[in-house]
Amino acid sequence: MRFLRLIVVAGVALALALVLPHAVVSQSAYPELSSQLSAYSHGSEKSGFLYLDPQTKTMETDDFSNPGFLWIDAAAKLWSTPDGTAGKSCESCHGAPSSMKGVGAKYPMYDVATHNIIDLEQRINMERVNRMGAAPYKWEAKDLVALTAFVKLQSRGMPVAVDASGPAHSFWLDGKKIYETRRGQLDMSCEECHVQFADHKLRSDVLSQGQTNGFPLYRLDWQSLGSVQKRFKGCMENVRAKPFEFGSQEMVDLELYVASRGNGLPVETPAVRK
Amino acid sequence: MAAVADTISNVQSRLLVPSTATKNQVITIKTLIQHPMYSGFTKDSSGKTIAREIIHSFTCTFNGQPVFAMDLNPAISANPFIEFPVKVDQSGTFEFTWVDDNGATYKNQAQITVS
Repeated sequence: MRFLRLIVVAGVALALALVLPHAVVSQSAYPELSSQLSAYSHGSEKSGFLYLDPQTKTMETDDFSNPGFLWIDAAAKLWSTPDGTAGKSCESCHGAPSSMKGVGAKYPMYDVATHNIIDLEQRINMERVNRMGAAPYKWEAKDLVALTAFVKLQSRGMPVAVDASGPAHSFWLDGKKIYETRRGQLDMSCEECHVQFADHKLRSDVLSQGQTNGFPLYRLDWQSLGSVQKRFKGCMENVRAKPFEFGSQEMVDLELYVASRGNGLPVETPAVRK
Repeated sequence: MAAVADTISNVQSRLLVPSTATKNQVITIKTLIQHPMYSGFTKDSSGKTIAREIIHSFTCTFNGQPVFAMDLNPAISANPFIEFPVKVDQSGTFEFTWVDDNGATYKNQAQITVS
């Protein structure tokens, strides 16, 4: 011990990043929120971030304490790992992950080849099947959620820019109808809580506008990263309705409609929510 | 769950250790590891109790000497985040070890240069 003078000077902070002074500032290799979008709002649209406790906000904005980055780290490895019969990785065609800048902000989008609306998860699986000769990931598989978040992270800070016009419009209308249709034993629609009663209390919580700009996100309730469809499923179960299947047409239409409501909000992936 | 995993390849951990410091500087170390931390009180979708499986101990050594250790208990959330300050007076290697109930050991390390 003569040569060693290491002293542990204080205790532990477990998710109490606010309590201790930070000698180290984490440097992020990923894009940050631009100053115009750092208000986490756009016109009357408010990101779910603004409804968080200060502790949870700190957890999200520090790329180290944000647990979503565990998935991002895993996806960064997957990006350059070849898979499938073609022996290709994402990197083989796309190069550096930063080439995905702006891509995540546009999904779900109309796909000309399938004449349908597809979300980012479906796009990743299509690329795997068509170009890599690999098996598609199962919905909510850790790798799929991680890769989706990784692609979307490259657009962090850019405004959500989902195109609901042209060929996507009829899907958008379907999604809007689903959004406004009462369902389940509680006979409630998405629209009632997240439009009519947004900013009102639901039990001890304030109802948010239900914006999806931060997905896939780390939900403290899930203790993991999850997709927007997982959140929709949870909402539908809360009103005691039978949820749509993951990846179904209804889910993707709904995803398109909800994303379009948040056009202009910053992409926040991977966000942290309660 | 893997019975034994002594590499970090299938379990993600993250470290934040400054790469340089001045002599006797107090640095802040942050660690985060991916782990479900099943408390033994939760049930799966079929109603069966999920057996307890938590990371029960965490240690940090510097050049082989222990500098920080803690026991973890079932109320700690998944993906535990641990932050602690350490005073450094020489260059060396921090080694971090997490041990869970199944005996799996997860390790990671970081270098620091002290001038």
